[in-house]
Amino acid sequence: MIDDTNAKRWLTGVLLGPTTVWFLFMLVLPLVVVAIFSFGMRSPEGGYVASFTFDQYFNLPSRLAAFKNTLSYAPLGTLASLLIAYPLAYYLAIKVNQKWKLLLLVLVIVPFWTSLLIRTYAWIFLLGGKGIPSLLEFIGIEGVRLINTPFAVIVGIIYGYLPLMVFPIYISLEKLDKRLLEAAADLGCAPARSFFQITLPLSMPGMATGCMLVFILLMGEFLIPAFLGGGKVFFIGNALVDLFLQSRNWPFGSAVAITLVIIMLVTVSLYMRLAMGKSTGQDESLM
Amino acid sequence: MTMRLYTFAVYLFLYVPIGIIVLFSFNSGRHASDFQGLSVKWYGKALSNPFMMDALTTSLIIAFSAALLSSIMGTMAALALQRIRGPLKPLFDGMIYVSIMIPGIVIGIATLVALVTVFDFLNPILASVWPEGANPPKLSLGYMSVIAAHTLFTMSLVILLVRARIAGMDRSLIEAAQDLYATPWQTFRLITLPQIFPAILAGFLLSFTFSFDDFIISFFVAGTNSTLPIYVFSSIRRGITPEVNAIGTMVLAVSLILLVTAQILLRKNTGKSSAAAE
Repeated sequence: MIDDTNAKRWLTGVLLGPTTVWFLFMLVLPLVVVAIFSFGMRSPEGGYVASFTFDQYFNLPSRLAAFKNTLSYAPLGTLASLLIAYPLAYYLAIKVNQKWKLLLLVLVIVPFWTSLLIRTYAWIFLLGGKGIPSLLEFIGIEGVRLINTPFAVIVGIIYGYLPLMVFPIYISLEKLDKRLLEAAADLGCAPARSFFQITLPLSMPGMATGCMLVFILLMGEFLIPAFLGGGKVFFIGNALVDLFLQSRNWPFGSAVAITLVIIMLVTVSLYMRLAMGKSTGQDESLM
Repeated sequence: MTMRLYTFAVYLFLYVPIGIIVLFSFNSGRHASDFQGLSVKWYGKALSNPFMMDALTTSLIIAFSAALLSSIMGTMAALALQRIRGPLKPLFDGMIYVSIMIPGIVIGIATLVALVTVFDFLNPILASVWPEGANPPKLSLGYMSVIAAHTLFTMSLVILLVRARIAGMDRSLIEAAQDLYATPWQTFRLITLPQIFPAILAGFLLSFTFSFDDFIISFFVAGTNSTLPIYVFSSIRRGITPEVNAIGTMVLAVSLILLVTAQILLRKNTGKSSAAAE
């Protein structure tokens, strides 16, 4: 009997071993090293000098523009995605008949699993001089510039992350007990009122999950501003690529990265409170 | 009616850009944006470009290795996690969620900094203990670092998929097998594995897709190697050519085929009889 439980323990250990090693060496250790670097100094040749100083953090204002852009475009992009995604999720969950539902849902998710690089590239093409602007010229509207503008970045964001927003909202609307809406209608409640008093509040967890997912991914975005923002709109991600791969200031880059992680952690914990308070949620984040 | 139009418009928004890329990849003209006629010459050009073929090979090797590692390690972990209790379980769950949620750029940076630091520490030691005359190995960023970094995310993905499958599994078969004195290994091989296999395969395909499409992690940790997305990124930086459209179309096609297969596998596995029959 004792041997049996020991054998089981041993087996569990073996089964979890590789995963544990991976989590420790590819997740925990790297984050710890970055945290240590962020308190270090940069040597004149560009390397890292061990030390314990907050200099790198005090230097953060030199990249203020990147933080400002990220912290304004990320919420804006999240909101825009939410506004576009909600009616679609509502339609898919409540209006579409069962036969088409699955196909339509899959068609929303599929683009998310294909290359963001290629999908963003498509917009360079569409928004560039020979794309939509030339079509506009054809119908008489001239001099429209779309690429390398804030508008282009927002379009890219919505395009890239819409599927991620639709899915959790769809799930929370799908779970909604339709009898509630029928009861409201029987009691003489107008459709608009039952939407605002029943449907909308009950789909809150889905909206919260979608917003959190999109917001977090946007905080680390690099490609969309790099391709569509043309150097005018740059995010923390673009600053990080510059600091780590071009100007090679790793200690300062580490401080920027750690600050980014902290902003994300705060977001997630705010979300947890919100979603936990509403009881459901959480697992919806997983596709 | 308005809802229907709206939905239609959103689907157009989602698919027109992809369609444009595909259409222009068949453009016979020399410029990316003037459509002149149908031709597959840019595909020929792309496939005979040695840099692009090198990058493609690198991407395929990395994606296959990451997917294989993830499916094996992820399945092992999912099997173990269904039986452990106590403080270890929430700790693992936390790690799984963090590794899925954390943006690629953070993983890329952290892996880059950590690996370079570890290599800088190990390389002189290796050189000093290496026998005189022989060239000591020099650890550096490359295939291995990209595979390891991708596997962090994809392994967690496999754990979630397989765990969901285990949760929906028919327990009575396992109990019946045990009643009939099957050894744990026999029970696993004949009962559990066939039931969870579609989920493992779907996990493999999704992992492959993720790794094959990833740009940002590879950008940081690939060292001097180019994966296909890195190659495409630098081509786009140099200017848009029809060749990029052809490569893009091929990349989209690869992910689409893998995705559809994964979807079919995940659907199929909801029917118990079909899963047991495999």
